[in-house]
Amino acid sequence: MEVLNEISQALQNGDADLVGEKAQEALNLGVSPSNILSDGLLKGMGIIGAKFKNNEVFVPEVLIAARAMHFGLNVLKPILANTGVKPFAKVVLGTVKGDLHDIGKNLVGMVMMGSGLEVVDVGIDVHEDKFIEAIKEHKPDILALSSLLSTTMVEQKTVIDTLIKEGLRDQVKVMIGGAPVTEQYCKDIGADGYATDAVSAAEMARKLV
Amino acid sequence: MLIVGELINSSRSMIKDALEKMDSTLIQEIAQKQVEAGAHYIDVNCGTQVYNEPEIMAWLVKVIQDKVSAPLCIDSPNPKVLKAGLSSINNNYQPMVNSITAEAKKFSEVIPLVVEYKVKVIALCMDDSGMPKTTEDRLRIADRLVNDLVSAGVKEDDIHLDPLVQPVSFDSQAGVAVLETLLKLKEQYPRVHKICGLSNVSFGLPTRKIINQTFMIQTMTAGMDSYILDPLDKKMMGFIYASQALLGKDDFCMNYIAVHRKGLYTE
Repeated sequence: MEVLNEISQALQNGDADLVGEKAQEALNLGVSPSNILSDGLLKGMGIIGAKFKNNEVFVPEVLIAARAMHFGLNVLKPILANTGVKPFAKVVLGTVKGDLHDIGKNLVGMVMMGSGLEVVDVGIDVHEDKFIEAIKEHKPDILALSSLLSTTMVEQKTVIDTLIKEGLRDQVKVMIGGAPVTEQYCKDIGADGYATDAVSAAEMARKLV
Repeated sequence: MLIVGELINSSRSMIKDALEKMDSTLIQEIAQKQVEAGAHYIDVNCGTQVYNEPEIMAWLVKVIQDKVSAPLCIDSPNPKVLKAGLSSINNNYQPMVNSITAEAKKFSEVIPLVVEYKVKVIALCMDDSGMPKTTEDRLRIADRLVNDLVSAGVKEDDIHLDPLVQPVSFDSQAGVAVLETLLKLKEQYPRVHKICGLSNVSFGLPTRKIINQTFMIQTMTAGMDSYILDPLDKKMMGFIYASQALLGKDDFCMNYIAVHRKGLYTE
């Protein structure tokens, strides 16, 4: 359908206003919101993600595509809510205790939102108890933990251990990331997934749920 | 101008492999090459060795010293690792520590080492409220760092303030915030040095080397006088010497001419 292609294309171009207009136009034409989401918005974001991995597009282009996604989602959200569909997986995201790095985490948050995930960002220097509170309050599908320091990555393990102690480990998938973190470390501490960049993180989050 | 050679860092796969095999020859070779290429300090970072970072740091320091006569920059967020590195140094050069910050806990843990070992110290402009975003954030934290370091007995000449360079791909104002900070710091603390790494700024962009080189020239013009970089990058080093000459920091352009004679500018 032409309008869906136009949405996908406008999203890839980062043209937020046009994405919003075209999403509205599609609704007026009677296209279902879930169809607009999957065959328009998410299709465009998927193409951006693939091109990013292939070094054909770069971080600023991913960010403006994610912003355009928001404009589209804002048009769809009220209608999706009315239909009672729970459309997106929810992620609680934060940087662990003792670590103040925020750029990587923010980038992951933006791309996740741009991939249709609902993101609750609990900030930087987050104590494990605060993560537990956030899980009880927001009931996310995924907990994403960022750490940029070799001295704080051990806190990712602390959070996982606390989840086990609180009996919450089965309720949530745990993803970890950050410069010193490796696939091996992810296995060592019993996390469910590790990603090297924001786009991979968003893809992994969608895969885990 | 002070160049800290950044290549001995375990986040680089070549170094990580060398550490796993305890390959001292490769480590020594890289240290030697950096000094020959004009590095004044050799940065030593083994941050990926999460389970035995202090031991590996001590080993690295010993191995490098056995071969190379140069001052070392001990690089870790962990005070125990800094201590392990500093206490293993037995040459007569003044070491450098990378890094201290204005975070209360971090500052109190690292300052005794800075004082005890009389080191040069890289002071990152971040505090307990997080990473700086604006010029004002950076200046406020820099002010506190300089005051606290000087009160603890550190000489201004031994302080290298790092304004924290962030990716311009993420925030279009990230580069200019650093340049504005440098201009202000030059007025407020003319005797305090300013240092930064050059790769953060280009994160997320294509052809990163061009951004890194351009940012080096811009920051040096605004008052940066030390860098953490890859001294084997001939293009970057070539621009450093040329910039120094053009900024009046190279009497009679003798350094520039010398590196030309050594072949720095031949492809």
